Amino acid sequence: MAGRTEDQETHMDATALLDSTGALLPHMTVLVTGLVILTLDLFLTPRSRYLNEVVGLIGLLLAFLFTLSTAGAPRQVFMAMAVVDYLGAFFNATFLLIAALTILLSASYVRREGVSVGEYYALILFATTGFMFVAAAADLIMVFLAIETLSIATYILAGLLREDPRSQEAAFKYFMLGVLSSAFFLYGIATIYGALGNTNLVHLAQVLGQGDFSPLLLMGMALLIVGLGFKVAVVPFHMWAPDVYEGAPTTVTAFMTAGPKAAAFAAFLRVFFQGFTTPEMVQHWAPIFAFLAALTMILGNFVAIAQQSLKRMLAYSSIAHAGYAFVALVAHNALGASSILYYLVAYTLMSLGAFTVLMVVARREGPLYAFDDYAGLGTTHPLLAAMMALFMFALAGFPPTAGFAGKFYVFSAAVQAGYYGLALIGVLTSVVSVVYYTRVVMLMYMREPNGAPPIPRLAPTTMAVLGITAVGILYMGIFPGGIMRLAEHSVAFLFQAKM
Amino acid sequence: MIPIPHYLTVSAILFTTGAIGVLMRRNALIVLMSLELMLNAVNLSFVAYARLHQDMGGHVFVFLSITVAAAEAAVGLAILLTIFRARATVDVDNLHLLQR
Amino acid sequence: METFLFWLFAIVGVGCGIMVVFHRNPMSSAIYLVVTMLCLAGFYALLAGPFVAVIQVLVYAGAVMVLILFVIMMLNLREETLEREGSIVTWILAGLIGLVLVVAVLPPFPRTPASAPEPAFGTIEEVGNKLFTVYLLPFELTSVLLLVAIIGAVILAKRRML
Repeated sequence: MAGRTEDQETHMDATALLDSTGALLPHMTVLVTGLVILTLDLFLTPRSRYLNEVVGLIGLLLAFLFTLSTAGAPRQVFMAMAVVDYLGAFFNATFLLIAALTILLSASYVRREGVSVGEYYALILFATTGFMFVAAAADLIMVFLAIETLSIATYILAGLLREDPRSQEAAFKYFMLGVLSSAFFLYGIATIYGALGNTNLVHLAQVLGQGDFSPLLLMGMALLIVGLGFKVAVVPFHMWAPDVYEGAPTTVTAFMTAGPKAAAFAAFLRVFFQGFTTPEMVQHWAPIFAFLAALTMILGNFVAIAQQSLKRMLAYSSIAHAGYAFVALVAHNALGASSILYYLVAYTLMSLGAFTVLMVVARREGPLYAFDDYAGLGTTHPLLAAMMALFMFALAGFPPTAGFAGKFYVFSAAVQAGYYGLALIGVLTSVVSVVYYTRVVMLMYMREPNGAPPIPRLAPTTMAVLGITAVGILYMGIFPGGIMRLAEHSVAFLFQAKM
Repeated sequence: MIPIPHYLTVSAILFTTGAIGVLMRRNALIVLMSLELMLNAVNLSFVAYARLHQDMGGHVFVFLSITVAAAEAAVGLAILLTIFRARATVDVDNLHLLQR
Repeated sequence: METFLFWLFAIVGVGCGIMVVFHRNPMSSAIYLVVTMLCLAGFYALLAGPFVAVIQVLVYAGAVMVLILFVIMMLNLREETLEREGSIVTWILAGLIGLVLVVAVLPPFPRTPASAPEPAFGTIEEVGNKLFTVYLLPFELTSVLLLVAIIGAVILAKRRML
């Protein structure tokens, strides 16, 4: 069999199968939780619907415990299809956090909007399973299938408000461009398969390390960049994101800015830091990434200024932040890899927090997510306004928030790798972003309340999300060392041996 | 026998044709079919490369790829149905409630 | 014989593929797509892939395209509502760009000719063997993907909210 060492078996025996399954227990747990919710929902009455969330959270907690127990030195399972290591564990923990926060966030929203509750949570959990398999992928076919699983789940989630024409549009646009990018990605896999005879990432690195280099690999790499670029919404593959983020249900948008983005970055790390990792190859893709990152930071931030809707502004902000994270990819070093992980956690907290406030303040009649809804919020709802201010400052990158620490690490990594211009662009565009983030803050505190209907009392789950994200942002900002050390530990193996 | 590059050329032509269809056509159903055409083109590449390397992996990929494409077609059609029910049209250019 | 079949499938396949994209009526496009898929199945057979050839016909041409045709007929678009999309100039431009792209996408091809495959290559036994041993995890993940798609199709397309 091409690509597999001679002493490897042609199939797994019972012990190997059990061992492999045990290693992927976190992923299986999330999957099973989704299935349980799907079935359980058939028997629930409207009064006992809350059990959906409870089961979901318990399942996620179990998966987290399994993540901790299975984390270890890198080992390949399931016939070299998946890999279990600290990097995967870190990503799993991040994905589980995203899912848990989304469940808490959605609890009041799904009842308000009348969405089919059981299927919603099941889809969230299946998407999370997809995220986790991306992070555990050792073979390009697994990356592809995991991305497709999470993408299909997200297409459906985007269109869940079936009566809302904007939700329908969002779902279709997302679907159209999502499948287009998948086709490019698949073509890239086919080309690499043509060059290598198999699609295993570790084997790819070995072949490259031996200097065995075929132009087919370069072409495959370019196609993979196009495919993944769509998923993470860097410029010029970002066209779908503002429309889709604006039209989708708010909790789904929150989920989408955090989960699929983090999963796409996991795919980048696996494919480019474990696959195309030799210095010759890095010389090919790092400048491309640098160019994409610069475009994204510039366009994302400048267009955000002009937005009239807060939701759309946050959509462009999400694009800009993907640009910042991309800078860390360009810096192909240990600090770069660990700063991506840190940044993804930080951005998850900031984004989910901001979208929670968005969801709470949104008015059902009239223009949704208009800036005017926030006028005078500082006087009418001081605690909520303070939270929003925190999220806005964190996204802009003010100390002592996680946003500042994240950008600091990312730009330091770029400087360390010699990309001074890129770091400078990053800093300058961050300054530009202050313009539109503080606009919200000024609206809240310096304008009179405009007599909008009062916001109903927050559900405890919503308050929990706000609390967790706010505390997390401040903690990571003031004590960044803890998470950074975990991140560094997770990526250490990537830079140990010279390929 | 026919050299493998011939098959790869056909695959490239079909892939590009599908891409043109996705980007240029307004009718959502034809966009969907263009996407399917692209995925089919990639499958051809897989089978051709599998023949080159004498590796069954390519055939397995095609099997899985057809499955994924079928699943995506089903979901895409379901989304189309929700749009059509509200608007009685599948003209993609009519989807402009969300600013471009 | 093989050469004749290759060129037959190639010309018909590419021709019908182009017609899928360029025809006004989605019903005709669907039929052209079915023919294209059948030509591809012919290619798979020529490339020693009998199993994938049959699956292509059964699943892709047989199930997916039938589904698309159902939806086309259900939506019942009348010919008059279909206008010409885009001017001739735009299409020619797109064609030229497409030509450039094909040349760009044409990979630097492996020049070594393929050796004759073993008799068991491409059969259902071989595919099954690989699918349940080496590719077991992708296979299982695909089942999750199918479940997600089923859920989606049902909750998006059903008539009334349950």
